[in-house]
Amino acid sequence: MDLEGWKKLVEGKRRDAVLDAVDRFGTPEVLVRAEDLSRVVEALRDDPETALDMLVDLVSVDYSRFPGWEGPRFGLIYHFKSTGRGHRLTLKVLLTEGKPEVGTLSSLYRNADWLEREAWDQMGIVFTGHPNLKRLLNHREFVGHPLRKDYPITRRQALSAPDPMLDQMETRLRSKGWT
Amino acid sequence: MRATPDLAALPVEDLDASGLDLGKERESGGLLLVNLGPSHPATHGTLRILCALSGETIEAAVAEMGYLHRGFEKDCETHSWQQAIPYTDRLNYVSAMMNNVGFCKAAERMLGVEVPERAVFLRVIVSELNRIIDHLVCAGANLVDLGALTNFWWAFLAREKVYDILERLCGARLTHTYTRIGGLARDAYPGFGAEVEAVLGDVERAVSDVEALILTNRIFLDRTRGVCPVSAADAVSWGWTGPTLRASGVARDLRKDEPYYHYDEFRFEIPVGTKGDTYDRIVLRFYEIRESAKIVRQALRRLPRGPVMTSDRRVALPPKEQTYGHIEGLMNHFKIIMHGIQPPPGELYDATEAANGELGFTLVSDGGKNPYRVKCRPPCFMNYAAFPDMIEGWMVADAVATLGSINVVAGELDR
Repeated sequence: MDLEGWKKLVEGKRRDAVLDAVDRFGTPEVLVRAEDLSRVVEALRDDPETALDMLVDLVSVDYSRFPGWEGPRFGLIYHFKSTGRGHRLTLKVLLTEGKPEVGTLSSLYRNADWLEREAWDQMGIVFTGHPNLKRLLNHREFVGHPLRKDYPITRRQALSAPDPMLDQMETRLRSKGWT
Repeated sequence: MRATPDLAALPVEDLDASGLDLGKERESGGLLLVNLGPSHPATHGTLRILCALSGETIEAAVAEMGYLHRGFEKDCETHSWQQAIPYTDRLNYVSAMMNNVGFCKAAERMLGVEVPERAVFLRVIVSELNRIIDHLVCAGANLVDLGALTNFWWAFLAREKVYDILERLCGARLTHTYTRIGGLARDAYPGFGAEVEAVLGDVERAVSDVEALILTNRIFLDRTRGVCPVSAADAVSWGWTGPTLRASGVARDLRKDEPYYHYDEFRFEIPVGTKGDTYDRIVLRFYEIRESAKIVRQALRRLPRGPVMTSDRRVALPPKEQTYGHIEGLMNHFKIIMHGIQPPPGELYDATEAANGELGFTLVSDGGKNPYRVKCRPPCFMNYAAFPDMIEGWMVADAVATLGSINVVAGELDR
């Protein structure tokens, strides 16, 4: 399917959701409104024609130092593919500095939980509805988000005590019927 | 495994604050919290899994990562495109060549640089040799976790011989930095082909020896067959790729699906498992080693003569006689050294089939000397994310047997 085809297909999932579509070295990328993302993704996953059953990767970008950039500060790039049909699609949302929020995909793809935690940890993107939006790569006493362009690469932060992880364990046990 | 920590020795205040009535369970012989890692022989790196045990059964598990996080992606933003290559060595350090190739292939696509055919074939050869090493390390170490130490020596002896070849190619055993954007750092040495042929024989012998020891071994079979299975649907939803996905019965391999570097012209099979259990995940790797050996032999036969570095002057240094003999050559040299390689502004995702699965790089260029953003997709990230779910309901010993089979490499996981 060509870029126009993909654009129309995504538009068909939700009216006014599509803002733009570009070709990224042969892979279609569709820019969608942040508030429509999770609905659009669910529809694309469940439609047998698209069948985007795998969330390949989630990439966060801080465009604040990009030459000539005038759009919102943050970009989230979602790479999907269909293991049955073999095609790929990239969806992108742009988020403003004041409200870097987007709905979680953790109920649609099992790996979205950790991928979103990483994007929160590294870039400070908030995923609304996420069951456990904790840092993933950095420690729990870490302040700030290192992949933001205004975070100096030389800043080091020490950890005083490891994470007992009992909050996660509690949730986990409760979900399995322990009281 | 001895369950040493008593609940009384754990931070009980926190337990009470959690509102869980663990104390009562303790009296009735209930839950015991045990940390598996971050420094445990079976984690082969720095991973931490907190398990709530009932007897030896894992009732619930939560995993932590990041102990080896060193800011690979941030580092790339402050270094030039070529300078990022040594950092990729340290991702999956068991198969560094494949990371070099993956990163350079992505950057070359962004630049529109053609790599000479000889370099392409050499990249295929070193990648497949690295896949062999990666699988030998994964399976060998996994079998040690199961108490089968001899296999480890046999697998590692073959691996050592492959490392000898890679060392002669680039001077380093583990961190190769063999590729450059536009080709390779240097050509193969005289006698390379014959040495590789000989080592492939050693590898195949080692695999046969290991298989002879384990495939009819009651202990191995009982400890791996049917243990911690993952369905095809779950594997896809977890974003699994590579051997773990194929063990669950999904025949997906980028070398076949989105072929690059003539993989569509080589004759090889994609082994697929049926049950997605620990047995499938281990044994599938032996089949893949044999297929990789087939690819290496075909690539050696077809290895063309010629340069291993492109003559594209945007990325390649000019020959020394031009640098020293002509002002244009000198300027070209200085431009590349001082201003670096400058891909046009744009965004790209490119992936290769690494030993662990789909190794992806998302690159964002602003047209400058350094990458604006680099995001690495480590295949074992998805494997490890699934691990707590996989081991719940199984015993501690099963968790140890399974952790090796999903081949989590902390250097790649934590970046």
